[in-house]
Amino acid sequence: MKPEGADLRRRRLLTGAAGVVGGVGVAYAAVPFIGYWQPSVQAEAAAAPVEVDISKLEPGQKIDVDWRGKPIWIFRRTQQELDTLPKLNDLLRDPHSEIITQQPPYCQNLPRSIKPEYGVMVGICTHLGCIPLYQPKPGSVDDEWLGGFFCPCHGSKYDLAGRVYKGVPAPLNLAVPPYWYPSESRIVIGEHQEKGGAS
Amino acid sequence: MSDDAKTRGLLGWIDARFPFTKLWEDHAAKYYAPKNFNFWYYFGSLAIFVLVLQLLTGIWLTMYYKPSAAQAFASVEYIMRDVHWGWLIRYLHSTGASAFFVVIYLHMFRGLLYGSYRKPRELLWLIGMAIYAILMAEAFFGYLLPWGQMSYWGAQVITSLFGAVPGIGEKLMIWIRGDYTVSDVTLNRFFALHVAAMPLLLVLLVAVHLMALHEVGSNNPDGIDIKRHKDTNGIPLDGIPFHPYYTVKDMVGVVVFLIVFVLVVFYSPTMLGLFLEPENFEPANPLKTPEHIAPVWYFTPFYSILRCVPDKLWGVVALAASIFMLFLLPWLDRGKVRSVRYRGRGFKIALAVFVIAVLILGHLGANPPSPGRNLVARICAVLYFGYFVFLWIYTFFDLEKTKPEPERVTNGSFKWLWEWIQQQRLGKTKPEPERVSPK
Repeated sequence: MKPEGADLRRRRLLTGAAGVVGGVGVAYAAVPFIGYWQPSVQAEAAAAPVEVDISKLEPGQKIDVDWRGKPIWIFRRTQQELDTLPKLNDLLRDPHSEIITQQPPYCQNLPRSIKPEYGVMVGICTHLGCIPLYQPKPGSVDDEWLGGFFCPCHGSKYDLAGRVYKGVPAPLNLAVPPYWYPSESRIVIGEHQEKGGAS
Repeated sequence: MSDDAKTRGLLGWIDARFPFTKLWEDHAAKYYAPKNFNFWYYFGSLAIFVLVLQLLTGIWLTMYYKPSAAQAFASVEYIMRDVHWGWLIRYLHSTGASAFFVVIYLHMFRGLLYGSYRKPRELLWLIGMAIYAILMAEAFFGYLLPWGQMSYWGAQVITSLFGAVPGIGEKLMIWIRGDYTVSDVTLNRFFALHVAAMPLLLVLLVAVHLMALHEVGSNNPDGIDIKRHKDTNGIPLDGIPFHPYYTVKDMVGVVVFLIVFVLVVFYSPTMLGLFLEPENFEPANPLKTPEHIAPVWYFTPFYSILRCVPDKLWGVVALAASIFMLFLLPWLDRGKVRSVRYRGRGFKIALAVFVIAVLILGHLGANPPSPGRNLVARICAVLYFGYFVFLWIYTFFDLEKTKPEPERVTNGSFKWLWEWIQQQRLGKTKPEPERVSPK
């Protein structure tokens, strides 16, 4: 393809220019095909915050709520249970909740919650996505067990603030979703109080 | 592949294990196509482009579509309203179906114009006709999927055609539907055929079509064999490598096609009821037939032929025969020349009448029947079949007065344009001293 007299510089320029323009066109054409995979408007609506009545939740009880298809635990801790939390610090990977992706800033405290009594957590093991079991009774998992969550899949352990133990497969504390209290006995899961939008 | 063309590096490693370079050269870089391809030669590559577009958008649609009578209609509405870009993907697919037939009909007409079905391309034509038949099945199965009124009643009517088969008709019809009427079961099997079986067959047959084409070589607007005049390397003098010459030409075709195509997608996706019929925006209702049932435009010529015969069985036979006649073309046409450029006046008139008859039949098939329209449809149906009869008589009994074919390919009707381009090119390149002729 090198006929005599061909202007190769011009040919390269034209080929390059056509390639760039065509490439831009293909990139734009890819936008709808990629956007199509995003959650639909219906799925987005279904992912809206959920409001839960907790007036009937007794200390030591736990309820599961569906938010964005994930199990959200709301559990009420007794004072004894809360008292166990500081004793465990040495056994935990991230006792002070320093990994900020795992909870909103207003939950970066010892019980990892707004009100110490009420724990709100995404009930999905940070290892491979199983749902850990609620084991509040001391000694129920092993002899030193002070109450917490135990994942049956690969044996990951969390305390009653969802903080992960050392020496288990799970790398991170359980996630705390954004939530707030519109009243004493109601919780809205899925949005922060100040912003009012799902995060 | 000759020794001097041996590849090295990664490509060499692959070529030692897979004929990558050989395939590329056989089918593109060293496939010598006649240099006189014109407008009509865009539609083969465009058909492949539309096929890819249909496969891509179709796969995307199945990601949200639900093939069940209870959910199908709602899931299509869901795609249109709630899925991001869903409206665009669906309109690309529905407009793409019509575009596919536009392109295929022009591609087939090219074959009629230039005698592309003639020896040695009979098998190429048959494979192409098989692709066309499967494309019709594919379009028919796909039209049921939105589960609108026209989807439902269209499927009801077409599956009823099989009931006309003597003896086993009733049982055959029930077997095809999988139920005593078009139902959820029918929808499910049509879905399976539309998204898996037919597309696989289409892709396979397109590959076979291309292999057959590259075996015998492309015809051209002059209908003469370019292999009769070769240079010392055995390359046809009137041939140019498909890549880059025709890849670039076809890319221009794709760009022009896309401009027209997206204008329809964006501004008139229903094409005033031609591409998406108004009745199909209502969910299927097995208890209420729409006032007037018409297939989508690409089936209407054949639908007219079916409808103008006042007998159920013979109507179906006429419908089947109207498509089957096209398969026979390579053996009906025994003319001495291939291209319309050198054929007798009788052929030109017959082809024009044939095209007009098809257009009128298509128009009538999209409208409700009436005694007057039936008469016109019958005349056009006779003209349709008459083309094939005429062609055989005309050529078998040697009634055709042909013009002499040229030895080498010509530049056709745009010769003046070609010469003007040549002049412009020569004027801009530096003239070599020995070639300058004295004024």
